[in-house]
Amino acid sequence: MFRPSNHLILKEIKEKKLKNLLSTVTFFLFLPALIIMLWLFVKGSSALSLDFLFMDPIEGMTAGGIFPTIVGTFWLVIISVLVACPLGVIAAIYLSEYAKDNTLTRIIRLAILNLAGVPSIVHALFGLGAFVLFLKMGTSILAASLTLSVMNLPVIITSTLESLKAVPQSYREASWNVGASRLQTIRHIVLPNSIPGILTGVVFSVGRSAGETAAILFTGVAFYLPFLPQSVFDQCMSLSMHLFTISTQVVGVPDAYPYATALVLILLILSMNSLAVALRSYFRTRRKW
Amino acid sequence: MEIKLTETPPLTMEWRKKKGSKPTGERIIEALIKIAGVSSILLIGAILFFIVKESYPFLMGAFDFKEFFFSTEWYPASVVKIRYGILALLCGTVMVTVLSMLIAVPLGLACAFYISEFCGPRLREIYKILIEFLAAIPSVVWGFIAIMMINPAIIKLFNVPIGLNILNASIILALMSLPLIISVGEDALRAVPETYREAAEALGATKWEIATKVLLPAAKNGLMAASLLGVGRALGETMAVLMATGHSIQIPQSIFEPGRTLTATIAAELGESPKGGEHYQALFAIGLVLFCLSFIVNLTADLLIRGKRQ
Amino acid sequence: MIRIIICLFFLFSMGCSQNQNVLIIQNKGSDTLVNLAQAWAEDYKNVNPQVALAVSGGGSGTGIAALINGTVDIANSSRAIKEEERVEARKNTGHDVKEFIVGMDALAVFVHPSNPLQGLTIEEVACIYGEGGTCTHWHDIRGVKVPGCKDNKIIRVSRQSNSGTYQYFRESILGKKRDLKLGSMDLNGSRESIDLVEKTPCAIGYSGMGYLNPRVRALCIKKDPQSNCIHPTVETAMNKSYPISRELYMYTSGYPSERVKAYLDWTQSERAQEITIKAGYVPAPKGQYGN
Repeated sequence: MFRPSNHLILKEIKEKKLKNLLSTVTFFLFLPALIIMLWLFVKGSSALSLDFLFMDPIEGMTAGGIFPTIVGTFWLVIISVLVACPLGVIAAIYLSEYAKDNTLTRIIRLAILNLAGVPSIVHALFGLGAFVLFLKMGTSILAASLTLSVMNLPVIITSTLESLKAVPQSYREASWNVGASRLQTIRHIVLPNSIPGILTGVVFSVGRSAGETAAILFTGVAFYLPFLPQSVFDQCMSLSMHLFTISTQVVGVPDAYPYATALVLILLILSMNSLAVALRSYFRTRRKW
Repeated sequence: MEIKLTETPPLTMEWRKKKGSKPTGERIIEALIKIAGVSSILLIGAILFFIVKESYPFLMGAFDFKEFFFSTEWYPASVVKIRYGILALLCGTVMVTVLSMLIAVPLGLACAFYISEFCGPRLREIYKILIEFLAAIPSVVWGFIAIMMINPAIIKLFNVPIGLNILNASIILALMSLPLIISVGEDALRAVPETYREAAEALGATKWEIATKVLLPAAKNGLMAASLLGVGRALGETMAVLMATGHSIQIPQSIFEPGRTLTATIAAELGESPKGGEHYQALFAIGLVLFCLSFIVNLTADLLIRGKRQ
Repeated sequence: MIRIIICLFFLFSMGCSQNQNVLIIQNKGSDTLVNLAQAWAEDYKNVNPQVALAVSGGGSGTGIAALINGTVDIANSSRAIKEEERVEARKNTGHDVKEFIVGMDALAVFVHPSNPLQGLTIEEVACIYGEGGTCTHWHDIRGVKVPGCKDNKIIRVSRQSNSGTYQYFRESILGKKRDLKLGSMDLNGSRESIDLVEKTPCAIGYSGMGYLNPRVRALCIKKDPQSNCIHPTVETAMNKSYPISRELYMYTSGYPSERVKAYLDWTQSERAQEITIKAGYVPAPKGQYGN
């Protein structure tokens, strides 16, 4: 009695086709990522070994390992997070807990958005002009890390803001109503409840700084150093820069080396990101609201 | 006794008022919080200040507006006559950006539609993780991929002499900006109220019809903002294009010819130009151009997103 | 969490700072020399573990400027110091600049192995690379036809315009009064140049002689049409019969201190010269090193 008309059946077929088309498109978009990973692994795994990870580069960087570059990357990332994390979290607290909906707030939001959109090479120019030259830090780990933290600030602010906003307003009101001040409420109610989100953002930003090259190119990374950095005023080597130099400048590097270096870099970043994803889903299951 | 609940912090409560105001310690901390809050404005200001400061002597001296923007001759180390014309570099940037967006925007938006409207929650989670994965690949690795993987592929597929060209850089940039386009686009689609979809479904519309006739108009601004943010990403990318474009100063006649971008020029030349020299300042002037371009793109994207909310 | 990070960080930084009493020689300058200086620095660790060399590039100009300011122990340069720089350095530091010729560098011009071309005159190289040069296709040079190169168009591979290699190439091919043509592919390093030419039948490129591999073919160069076509080898570079070769210098402010002198002398040892050749350079001709 109620048989769908031909028109409707056609529509349904069309819809199926569309869905298939879209799903194929989506699938093929992610195919490159998988292929790239696989390809790096196939080409690079022959060079990958403990020696590769823990030896100094020798013979004009054509042999040996990449240990100093890993150490350098850690220095850069840790110091940049130490700077960006408190600043970013506090800025987000201001935006979420204090700022009224006025022009200033709007300008701050716009500034954050623009800070996130500034090309990394422009950040590098800023780092060179401000930290290296004006503040006389010289090309050093400190200058490079500060440049990185400026780059990461918007990432941390945005993700912190999101997790602060996710804390239900009723929590705050309850706290205020037992007489706690704004600051006490933030310390004892809002922050503890949003730590997971904040951590996720921070860990993501760590991954991002580990892979950044342009911003540290002129601010703190050396082509080669025969010793590990001793303090933040030394220069350092970095994984990303090392990949750039051995794949474009140094002649005589075994073919597998750049692949292996790229692989180590990606694995480092991916492990950071997986940590972030794991943190996020772990805390999501424990969420109280 | 009547209890009045408050929706603002207890500054307004009687006992606080009587005591005067907040304790000094708390006041200081709140002042610090406010300073951190405006830090992004200060930083943006500082970026602009230092770039202008370093390029100022050039802008006041050797800078010639007509030559700078309308000459293709970038001869910073010439022995005959030093010329700073960025037209070819500007063209390279524009070509690479436009072509990469022609690839990435349709694909990215289709993908956003699929993830937000068609696929189940499990698959969506998987795709979201994949997007994060794609976004995590650093630009220098993309550059490496461009040289080692896409370069020979282009030579083979299109039978052209050189694979480091505009097309190569565009493919890389498209892949790099896809995660951003997809996730912002998906956010925009999800922001369309569920009631819109339900109403359309109740009228017998198919998903395709919902997508094109309901969601597309409703999320138009958000989707445009997603594309614009993609443009911003492509515009500012440095290491990958430095390695993929072929780095040649000319206005490319086709997508198979090498070109050069503004960002790559700074990255390649700044290291070896003496600090404080004219060439060094000219590179900061390029930085200023880039800053302005990205500022305009981001501002427009922000206005579009804001427009959607109202 | 933050506390843990801080603790880890301090542990980490302590773990990294064992060798406090190493003397550091600051070594800065020419990007042409940076590869070699780095290879030396690395090996010198084994010769004298009490001395570490911090090598950085930045160009010959930066190195000499740092020498004038007294911020480096050794300045690397791929050009001879100018007289006014000597004067300035004397004024600033109170010492005369000491010059050491530590090696030589020869630029090879190379093409894809399928290219039938065997040699070029300087004039022909100038026609290909120089501004105003009319050689845009391979058949413009004695009618050469390159197999595998469809439109026979020359793809010029060059380097970024402020690199020492670029400037030296320009000077030795075109003299001091002409520029290179725009539109060449200005790559970031020798490795990229060679990789590209290796894969591209239409291409021509140049780089330090020692970087060549068998997958590209170096051309012999004639100074003028009448002279012999000279292949770039260690011998022809050392006796300067190969037209595109030059000295590489290290400068110190005043007579170098004992540890710096020890290092400079070591660069002329047999072991160091092996490294020189391996890194793609040519050892300094005997008796030219200076003292």
